[in-house]
Amino acid sequence: MKDFPVTDLAISLQEAVEFVWAEADMLDACDYDAWLALWGDGGHYVIPIEKTGDDFANMLNIAYDDAAMRKMRVERLQGGFSISAAPPAQTVRTLSRFVAEAVDDTTITLRCAEHVVEDKFGRQRIFAVNLTYTLVRSETGIAIRDKVARLLNSNGVLTSISYLF
Amino acid sequence: MSLDYPKTDELVAPDRVATPMYEDPALFDLEMDKIFGKAWVWVGHVSEVPDKGSFKLSHVGTQPVIISRDRKNELHVLVNRCRHRAASVCEIQKGKTSSFQCPYHGWGYALNGELRGVPYTEGYNTDFDKKDYGLKKLKVETFEGMIFASFNMDVEPLEDFLGNAKPWIRLFMKQGGGFPIKTLGEHQFKVPMNWKIQLENTTDAYHFPVVHKSFMQSLDGEATEQFSFLDDDDGWVEDLGNGHSVMVMMPELNDLDENLDAPIPERFQDLAATLRKDYDEDQVKRIVRAVGGCGFNLNLFPNAGCSLSFFRILRPVAVNETEIRHIALGMEGGPQAANQMRMRLHEHFQGPMGFGSPDDAEVWERVQRGSAGGPDLPVMVNRGLGLETPSENGLPKGDVSAETGMRAAYAQWKKMMDAPEAVQ
Ligand code: FES
Ligand SMILES: [Fe+2]
Repeated sequence: MKDFPVTDLAISLQEAVEFVWAEADMLDACDYDAWLALWGDGGHYVIPIEKTGDDFANMLNIAYDDAAMRKMRVERLQGGFSISAAPPAQTVRTLSRFVAEAVDDTTITLRCAEHVVEDKFGRQRIFAVNLTYTLVRSETGIAIRDKVARLLNSNGVLTSISYLF
Repeated sequence: MSLDYPKTDELVAPDRVATPMYEDPALFDLEMDKIFGKAWVWVGHVSEVPDKGSFKLSHVGTQPVIISRDRKNELHVLVNRCRHRAASVCEIQKGKTSSFQCPYHGWGYALNGELRGVPYTEGYNTDFDKKDYGLKKLKVETFEGMIFASFNMDVEPLEDFLGNAKPWIRLFMKQGGGFPIKTLGEHQFKVPMNWKIQLENTTDAYHFPVVHKSFMQSLDGEATEQFSFLDDDDGWVEDLGNGHSVMVMMPELNDLDENLDAPIPERFQDLAATLRKDYDEDQVKRIVRAVGGCGFNLNLFPNAGCSLSFFRILRPVAVNETEIRHIALGMEGGPQAANQMRMRLHEHFQGPMGFGSPDDAEVWERVQRGSAGGPDLPVMVNRGLGLETPSENGLPKGDVSAETGMRAAYAQWKKMMDAPEAVQ
């Protein structure tokens, strides 16, 4: 492992892991207002289709959400007017295999594995996801700047999804 | 299966269809033969195979095919099955190649399907002729960039089959805004439902305000106004013949080259400002209007929809399983900002996590689940019957929410299922 700079605002691997575990708990609980509050104003929540490349603005994605789209997505999921999300599939997710890819004075790029099992109509489906987070610390705490969720079968034939990864 | 099955009169009446239409596996097998084995089936768009040597995997019904462009620029649609002992010869979704080589014993095929190489030929008798073992070919024709294929070598010309749908296809392609149309990527998802549940939906305006309420809520006022076509009285749906139909939701957007002096909607103002750096005002207006897409859904029997601004392609997998492709379209060589906005608009509604498609998928699945009950009950497609007027083509035309398109599709379904087998 590299020597990571240690400053007051640096985010340790332990802190980052605890942060995304807490986020996972919010998503399984569909606590989307709390989830939105984890985000900074900029950045994107991206679920790409293509397996490679990161010029997401110039690619068609499953989701490419700036702050406004994240807010609308959350409103849709909890507004009660979307038949696919009222009720949504229930989920249980596990995050593991954490790697700190890059660290500087205030940010950490964390990647990890996510397994999600959903249940609806008495049927369970499973998703395997590679997650990459860019977390930033400011005076008010740690926030998500970017999050990229690469589904293992992102460019294959998926099913409709009524929750977030 | 008895000889007189199916009794299509019992399955399809002018105002209703019977539950086995969604439920009967034997009927599904027959449909694969009599409809997907005979009709012109949408397989791809020319921009998916742009160059000599380009190929793309697709399906005709349940059968896997390869679309390829040979060195003479000619398009081929080939069954993806080695003529030796049946291995698939290609499992890469798309790309470029000079030939297809079977991984099992190494038979090599040219881009036009001809068998070129057979390892250790001396093991075959002298009567073995490579000419007899080319990849199985389908008939191929294109219209306005869309590639169709048919297993029926005697099928009518594609343009005859498309018929009254042709002017609508030409209108649809105007959303290139002066540039050629190209595919920008696609969403794929499967739904546990019969394929005809999707076929019905492309010209079903009736469901829109109910199923897509949460999508509507995410739009600005101007766009909400536009999508409230059920409250307006200027839309319509019409039977185009041969199973095709068109549902016009926003007639002011039928011809994207018209109404160019209409003010640019608020949600396109940023895009217009960006475009003004490189284009004159006339072009800006034309491109912006094209970015917003058309005002109609065109349903092409049996598997394609030109839906507002994208291709919606269905693929039957089993009696209760259907795969759907939502293919985003953009402007080849057009402004990056315009193509970006096309993709963002597509992501907003379409795909496994769009604001629209998951709700469609949910209700389609509910149709399949519901039709497990009351096998004797009919599925009603009578909305608008008795209220229709004749269209310019002399075919039924109803209000925007009429089930005219479904009746058109089921009439063609019945016609094809009733067609006698050609005498061999
Ligand atoms: S199965 Fe293809 S070469 Fe034998
Ligand atoms: Fe819909």
